[in-house]
Amino acid sequence: MSPAPAPDDSPAVMAVRAARRPLWARLGEKSIEGMVYVSGISAIIFVLGIFVFVLKEALPVLGHEDFSLSRFLFSTEWYPTSEASKRYGVLAMIAGTFSVTLLAMVIAVPFGLGAAIYLSEFCGQKTRETLKIIIEFLAAVPSVVWGFIGLTVMSKLIVQFTGAPVGVNVLNGGIVLALMSVPIIVSIGEDALKAVPDSYREAAIALGVTRWQLIWRVLLPAAKNGLLAAVLLGVGRGVGETMAVLMATGHAVHVPQSVLDSVRTLTANIAAELGEASAGSEHYRVLFLTGVLLFTLTFAVNLAADAIVRGIRRK
Amino acid sequence: MFAYSRPLPFAASLVALAIAVGVSGCKPRSESASTAGARTTIQNKGSDTMVNVAQVWAEEYKKTHPQVDVEVSGGGSGVGLAALIKGTIDLANASRDMKAEEKAHAKKNTGKEPREFVVGYDALAVYVHKDNPLTEITHEQLREIFAEGGKVTRWSELGVKLPAGQDQIVRISRQSSSGTYEFFREHVLNKRDFKLGSRDMNGSKEVVELVASTPSAIGYSGLGYNEPGKVKMLKVAVAAGRPAVAPSVATTLSKEYPIARPLLLYTLGEPTGELKAYVSWIMSDAGQKIVERSGYVPLSHAADRK
Repeated sequence: MSPAPAPDDSPAVMAVRAARRPLWARLGEKSIEGMVYVSGISAIIFVLGIFVFVLKEALPVLGHEDFSLSRFLFSTEWYPTSEASKRYGVLAMIAGTFSVTLLAMVIAVPFGLGAAIYLSEFCGQKTRETLKIIIEFLAAVPSVVWGFIGLTVMSKLIVQFTGAPVGVNVLNGGIVLALMSVPIIVSIGEDALKAVPDSYREAAIALGVTRWQLIWRVLLPAAKNGLLAAVLLGVGRGVGETMAVLMATGHAVHVPQSVLDSVRTLTANIAAELGEASAGSEHYRVLFLTGVLLFTLTFAVNLAADAIVRGIRRK
Repeated sequence: MFAYSRPLPFAASLVALAIAVGVSGCKPRSESASTAGARTTIQNKGSDTMVNVAQVWAEEYKKTHPQVDVEVSGGGSGVGLAALIKGTIDLANASRDMKAEEKAHAKKNTGKEPREFVVGYDALAVYVHKDNPLTEITHEQLREIFAEGGKVTRWSELGVKLPAGQDQIVRISRQSSSGTYEFFREHVLNKRDFKLGSRDMNGSKEVVELVASTPSAIGYSGLGYNEPGKVKMLKVAVAAGRPAVAPSVATTLSKEYPIARPLLLYTLGEPTGELKAYVSWIMSDAGQKIVERSGYVPLSHAADRK
């Protein structure tokens, strides 16, 4: 027996109160709790559901005798509709996806991080608000519009300035993707810099450092995890983007030797070919297997980004 | 925290949202059946080569038959036929024959035998940039350029001199769902596969546009997509020494031009009702005039010469 009165929110008091409430209220609360719980975990259900579905469509092809997983991953020959011998090798497209994403990051990271540093450390309140609105607007441009810009405007400029025979290539796709991932890098990067406590800045300034030293020696190291996460989310965007790269890269199955070569990406290939592949055919299943590959890649990138963000929070 | 202290309004709005989504998600479904009252919708999909002419057919037909809506979309012959096999469309446009396995698949899926209608003819032209001095090409040369294992990769190997830096041949092809792609592979490459690394465009028009902006390009597309002054159509010879023929309506009709093909419509089973009326209208004079206006070869002419 406890002589001391239980505090108001002790489990015992709560239980007594709950028991006193009418049945409908308790049931109502339970069902609403259930609903909120389901909406809360729905994202997990969806992600798992998508993965299971894609995997289910893809798996039967692994049993086909003329299909080999190593050929799929390491051959550059993609002949899904050949009459003589069908060959499914996506190496050229993996190379395409990575080359375009890599170039996009080479362009987007300096610009994105530069813009994030400027927004967080240099510019005034008004400029920041205006710039943020414009940068967020960049993020809202539909990807097909970016693709259109790549196909019509950028390709002509590339031919004019580089002398490349064709303007739809890695460079074009890389620039378009860079423009699309800069907003993500800027907004997450700025948040990461803002999260550095002001005491760091004050301490550094008190020691008489220049602005450059402050940013390079203090802020960047302190915010490095957040900045890395910003970059990785940008990479995820690049790997997963479809429409814009479909239009801007030239859609050629080819391992690129220079940035002026046309390539095809994994995503663009799925988009272009899934419509014709009759459900259940080998071609259809291989395309789903490409989806599994892509899912695994983006999942790995996002997981890495998330692990890093978690790393910062803990500090 | 706030969600815990006042859970009811939040949860109620969630429930309301769920109901709203459920209701709005279900309602239009029941109304979108292909016949609603007196209106009929014909779903038409397929060949990018035919998408322009199919669009004009649909618009013209609407003027005289306002109760019929024809919804036209492209994607490629393969896409249209795949949709027909699934039974999601009524009419497929194709610029290649339906394969035996596709027919069997359709029969298995829908229980109906696909029915084929020839609605016109098209010549497949080989396009190069307007400044390219080449005027004619043989099937053998096309195979060497486009087919897997073909040796020709430079214009100089064909005896063509282009300005410095443009010697590499830029091959422009179509994505594999295209009937044009399959027809070219079957009739020009003799079923050999395409060399990898060609720029595979999404539509007939894009091929011509990319050739127009690329001095070292060669590509193939329908005769109807010619843009005089921007690109040049090559004369084609079946073999070296044989006469090279320029693609045109006349040479297609006389069967002199070697890369010509029928334009086809497919239905599931014998068409009935409005679909039947639409198909016969396409094959009538009114429909065939549109075929001719769109740069293809109409049936009536072809029949006259036979």
